[in-house]
Amino acid sequence: MTSFSVISEDLSKKYSGKTIFAGLNFKLNKGESAVITGRNGSGKSTLMKIISGLISPSTGKMKFIKNEVELEKDFIKTNMGFVSPYLNLYDELTALENLRLFSALKSRSGNYDDEKLKSYLQLVGLYDRRNDEIKAYSSGMKQKLKIAFSLLHEPALLMMDEPRSNLDRDGISIIENIAMKQKENGILIIATNDEDDLKLCDLKINIEDHKK
Amino acid sequence: MKDFINNVRIVFLKDVRSELRTRYVINSLLMFVLVTISIIRFAIGDEKIEDEILTGLLWISIFFSASGGLARTFVKEEEKETSAALKLSASPTEIFAGKLIFNLVLTFILNFLILILFILITEYNIKNPVLFISVLSLGNVGLVAASTIIAAIISKANSKGTLYPVLSFPVLLPLLLTVINATKLASAGINPGEIMGEIQILVSYTVVVITASVLLFPFVWED
Amino acid sequence: MNTFYKYAVFLIISLVIVAGIVLPIPNIPALGDKARVLYFHVPMSWISVVAFVMSLWYAVRFLKSKEISYDIKSFSAAQLGFLFCILATATGSLWAKFNWGSFWNWDPRQTSIFILLLIYGAYFALRSAIDAEEQKARLSSVYAIIAGITMPFFIFIMPRLVETLHPDPIINNSGKINMDTSMLIIFLTSLLGFTLLFLWVMNLKTRLEMLKYRKSLKQAQ
Repeated sequence: MTSFSVISEDLSKKYSGKTIFAGLNFKLNKGESAVITGRNGSGKSTLMKIISGLISPSTGKMKFIKNEVELEKDFIKTNMGFVSPYLNLYDELTALENLRLFSALKSRSGNYDDEKLKSYLQLVGLYDRRNDEIKAYSSGMKQKLKIAFSLLHEPALLMMDEPRSNLDRDGISIIENIAMKQKENGILIIATNDEDDLKLCDLKINIEDHKK
Repeated sequence: MKDFINNVRIVFLKDVRSELRTRYVINSLLMFVLVTISIIRFAIGDEKIEDEILTGLLWISIFFSASGGLARTFVKEEEKETSAALKLSASPTEIFAGKLIFNLVLTFILNFLILILFILITEYNIKNPVLFISVLSLGNVGLVAASTIIAAIISKANSKGTLYPVLSFPVLLPLLLTVINATKLASAGINPGEIMGEIQILVSYTVVVITASVLLFPFVWED
Repeated sequence: MNTFYKYAVFLIISLVIVAGIVLPIPNIPALGDKARVLYFHVPMSWISVVAFVMSLWYAVRFLKSKEISYDIKSFSAAQLGFLFCILATATGSLWAKFNWGSFWNWDPRQTSIFILLLIYGAYFALRSAIDAEEQKARLSSVYAIIAGITMPFFIFIMPRLVETLHPDPIINNSGKINMDTSMLIIFLTSLLGFTLLFLWVMNLKTRLEMLKYRKSLKQAQ
């Protein structure tokens, strides 16, 4: 059994002098989940970006610990999946090509397992459209593909920012299934204000409580 | 190291494939080249222009065509919001190197096209073709090196289109002055030995700019 | 900055202005009284280069520490450098008009200072095109460094293109000082006075920009 935990140490972010949040501490172990809530514009997405390493915090740091060892930046990539509205895939590539591209980049060996990629596409219900360029996709289908993207390399930490956006009933049940599975096998962080998502998670982090 | 080269290759091939499908850069660049060359042709008319001036015109076409296309590689990632997915999957240096190589290939194709058209429409007489092509290629590498990091900078700013020539010109000027002089001499049929100094400047400029770019790119790339 | 410093700067510069204009100047062939411009032109050029190097230095410090105060210093130095660069260009082309016959004739020295002006201009254009404070600081620092490392190439390139006609007032190629003692004293005093003036204004400018920044923070809160 591998152990995995995500630790936030005294995280804060200021933007042009405005404190988005400050003094944020939490620790999540394998099998735990957290939901980040707060009004629109309160900084949920900023916090998600900081946890994922897309932007750096003003103070404090994020730590990823696997089997008692802190992970280096390059290895965080294969241990983390991220779905978010401001993360797009390439319009001019097909669904399968997109997954191949990012899978190969993350593995750093140039290789990918086509069968596995196809199984992800099957899971989100896009297998039949796998060879279509995604510019022809609807926004809901794009969202489903982003979910498939986040599952690459079966990440120990799965982060979802507003995962329900644009999804139909099928999509939502897919998300719920993935979330349940992730809670058992890894760590799940959702940023949302959706009542159903709130119920899914153990720990609740309200950004509004960390404004100062 | 092998991992690094793998990822650079993947980023490069991704850009090539995207470009071949959308032809976003190539189409507009080809039109740009045609328009520039035609303007030069109409301006010249039936006059006999000296080769020295033609060299200058050649580099004007190259500089402005480059400014139309080289910035796109990074600007597109920002506009389509695909940079986050890329950031989560590869290291900044890998991405920079991949884009640098893509820009290199693009400019090489473009500039040889410009050169061929140029020779066809004007009576451009190159007396030492081997040296001329070598110097032109060296100049291209330097041009791409400086343009790529500047493209990365402006992709994060507003008013991207107008900013590129403003930012790139002062940085490119040492290179342009040297390479214009060297190509002028090469087209006049000089021996390689006599422009050794220019060649040294071109090579060291390129090395210095690429080294600095690799060191500074992570600051540009991370929000 | 204490009062003594300000009075000292005032005194030195007044002295230089009076002495530079009134005191007799040794007869230098082809220059004559026109050589007096060096008391003012050379310190301006010197400061515009010093300010540029300072701006670069603070840009590097900023990238290392992400401390916004370094960016404010870098920006202040660039603004003052730009001002002194304009002054150097103006005094230089005035002199060129009377010595070379036209205000501007692309002498290598003129080209170099023109490029320095372009770099400053591009730096300010970039800063005004970015909204977020941190990003503005980061990107403009990177640009300043890229521009800064390409500048030294002109030292090798310029002599290859055209021979400069610019006099070497301080130390000429044979390493000999070309001025008589009284001229040298005025010149060095001027250099000192204007450098002190620059440091004083730099201090004021940094504090002003710092206050502006703090005020914008307060408004944001």
